[in-house]
Amino acid sequence: MDGMVPTKPSATVADEAALLARMQAGDDDAFDACVRAHCGQLLATARRILKNEEDAQDAVQEAFLSAFKEIGQFAGRSLLGTWLHRIVVNAALCRLRSRRRHPERSIEELLPHFGEDEHQIDPPAPWQEAAGALLLQKEARELVQRSIAQLPEIYRIVLLLRDIEGVDTEETAGMLEVSAGVVKTRLHRARQALRTLLDPYFRRGEA
Amino acid sequence: MNCREFTEFLHEYLFGNLPPEERAEFEKHLAECPWCVAYLDSYKKTILLTTDAFSDSGNGAPPAAAPEELIQAILHARPRKS
Repeated sequence: MDGMVPTKPSATVADEAALLARMQAGDDDAFDACVRAHCGQLLATARRILKNEEDAQDAVQEAFLSAFKEIGQFAGRSLLGTWLHRIVVNAALCRLRSRRRHPERSIEELLPHFGEDEHQIDPPAPWQEAAGALLLQKEARELVQRSIAQLPEIYRIVLLLRDIEGVDTEETAGMLEVSAGVVKTRLHRARQALRTLLDPYFRRGEA
Repeated sequence: MNCREFTEFLHEYLFGNLPPEERAEFEKHLAECPWCVAYLDSYKKTILLTTDAFSDSGNGAPPAAAPEELIQAILHARPRKS
């Protein structure tokens, strides 16, 4: 699930190395180009994590300033965009931790429930074959986004990092200061809970 | 294997993390349980919907843009070499 990690064709790698060298030399135009190239995507990431425009913009600004301080030490072993992405994710997570928690729904109510016969109490029904194609519709994409936003925070964050931001299990574990096993369990529960939220809309014949 | 065990460990099955004998148990259960077939299918579609929900390519939208004020604030706050 690494689809959202910024990747670039090799032709731009040389461009990026040149840009990095100019930034490391203190070239104002290079910083300008870097911010303009990456700010939009990084802001989108921060918005997804923080769900608040002001906090998201603050996190992006903080991340860029932190990156610029460290630019002299950045060896370019990863893409500049990937490096900036990780810095903004960490800045957003830090901001999220410092925020007062709001009451949220329990994950338990969104997980499958079983009867004494070990079958699900609400038997799963097939979903529409075209569920994926529905994403071409703005309404369906917004429905999925709203449903993700309803997940309890520790599950929402793991789902965002793993399935949307393209951060791997080990790195997610490091960012959240939990074990890789905890990341895997939370991701599975987050997907199950999201499936429960989407089920009424995608059951065959009911959407 | 029952439906509870299937749903609890289906991610391990889906991503090929099970030894062959446990995998065979999952497949035996799937062959007998249309509910778990439906659950597995909807779980896979949930992952697909999640990964595509925020992608720019899905709705023809242009790449995300940042407000000019934010760009300027970042550039002005940048520490400069003395």
